[in-house]
Amino acid sequence: MVKNKIKVLIAKPGLDGHDRGAKVIARGLKEAGMEVVYTGLRQTPAQIVRGAIQEDVDVIGLSILSGAHEHLFPEIIELLQKEGVDNLLVIAGGIIPEEDHEKLHDIGIAGIFTPGTPIREIVDFIEKNV
Amino acid sequence: MERYFKGIKEGNEKTIAEAITLVENDREQGFKLLKKIFSETEISYIIGITGPPGSGKSTLTGEMVKDWLRTGVKTGIIAVDPTSQFSGGALLGDRIRMSDKVTDKNVFIRSMATRGELGGLNSSVFDTALILSAAGYERIVIETVGVGQNEIDIVNLADTTLVITTPDAGDEIQTFKAGLMETGDIFVVNKADRPDVIKMELMIKQMLEMAYGTETEWTPPVLTTVANRSQGIEELLQKIEEHTGYLKTGRRFYQKRKKVLEKQLINLMERILRENYIGRVLESGLMEEKIREIAARKLDPYTAAENLIKERGV
Repeated sequence: MVKNKIKVLIAKPGLDGHDRGAKVIARGLKEAGMEVVYTGLRQTPAQIVRGAIQEDVDVIGLSILSGAHEHLFPEIIELLQKEGVDNLLVIAGGIIPEEDHEKLHDIGIAGIFTPGTPIREIVDFIEKNV
Repeated sequence: MERYFKGIKEGNEKTIAEAITLVENDREQGFKLLKKIFSETEISYIIGITGPPGSGKSTLTGEMVKDWLRTGVKTGIIAVDPTSQFSGGALLGDRIRMSDKVTDKNVFIRSMATRGELGGLNSSVFDTALILSAAGYERIVIETVGVGQNEIDIVNLADTTLVITTPDAGDEIQTFKAGLMETGDIFVVNKADRPDVIKMELMIKQMLEMAYGTETEWTPPVLTTVANRSQGIEELLQKIEEHTGYLKTGRRFYQKRKKVLEKQLINLMERILRENYIGRVLESGLMEEKIREIAARKLDPYTAAENLIKERGV
């Protein structure tokens, strides 16, 4: 049987026009042999969750620089639960202050990677946790 | 298996998506499901879209689909992107241009990577179309970058094939494979607000004439669109309907579908051979040893290939 590829959805929730980070991550994960679906800017939680379901991904990577993570991330997690998606790794990156990390971990964001994180670290994290 | 089948029939997006993954990754289980589905499913009308990178395929797909959705036509989109030869990964970006349509409950978008030689993607695209048909998607769009033979093969599954290009893609048109010219049922010059549209239209028309001659039952029309401003979409949809009508006259549709099935049958046999024979050889680690022997001229590649298949096959 063919070895299963890890499939990742990279999304930018909310009103946030900065997608360089998301694109770099998308490319980095592709170079690491993953199949990466990039969904573009200004996605609603509903769009992200529906995309993740249709694409049947193993990982959702949320990139956010707007500061609205405390509002948008819980909504995404709740929607995933509502849709019965429970076998999925949710990670995040961008400008997320240290003091918010614990709260986000608690709601189910498995890993948070802020600027400066080597891509290798993210790849390892995904490979270990999927 | 019953769970998948039931979920697909009910149109449950999560189950449909999982079934596609199953078919992509696990041949044995996937085939079991597909066998059951095939006998009860009529494959929906498939529209293929191909063209060079950046020609606007996804945007155009989005525009067309928008129109179908307005009239309540359930539409499935299969967006195929190439797998990197080096890393084995793939960047699937087609959803970006369709994101404002994603919210419509009647559209299902699935991105797929071509995967390597051992991925058997060609067969999976058909399989995905089959699953989406069973789930009640009345129209299916297969979108792929028209650069290689692999992509032309994928698009050959479609009933109506659109070949997209742009006014400034002159060189790319010159290098369009003959196969692609013959595959296209409708040609679209997108981004027609740029200069040199007429030149491009003429160039395509000339190439079509060379490929088809003048006596042909369906002469592929050459249309112009500006997809991101919704220009020319109506005409395009009209031509698709015309081509559908043409195909459904007489035995053409039957013949076309027969050809697709022939192709799929070959794809499936290839997938079995690759997974059962070549795949096992690659996994066995025997390759390295043989290659070393060949490089040292202790063995020739012809004998090696024969032996590897004999020793490793089932």
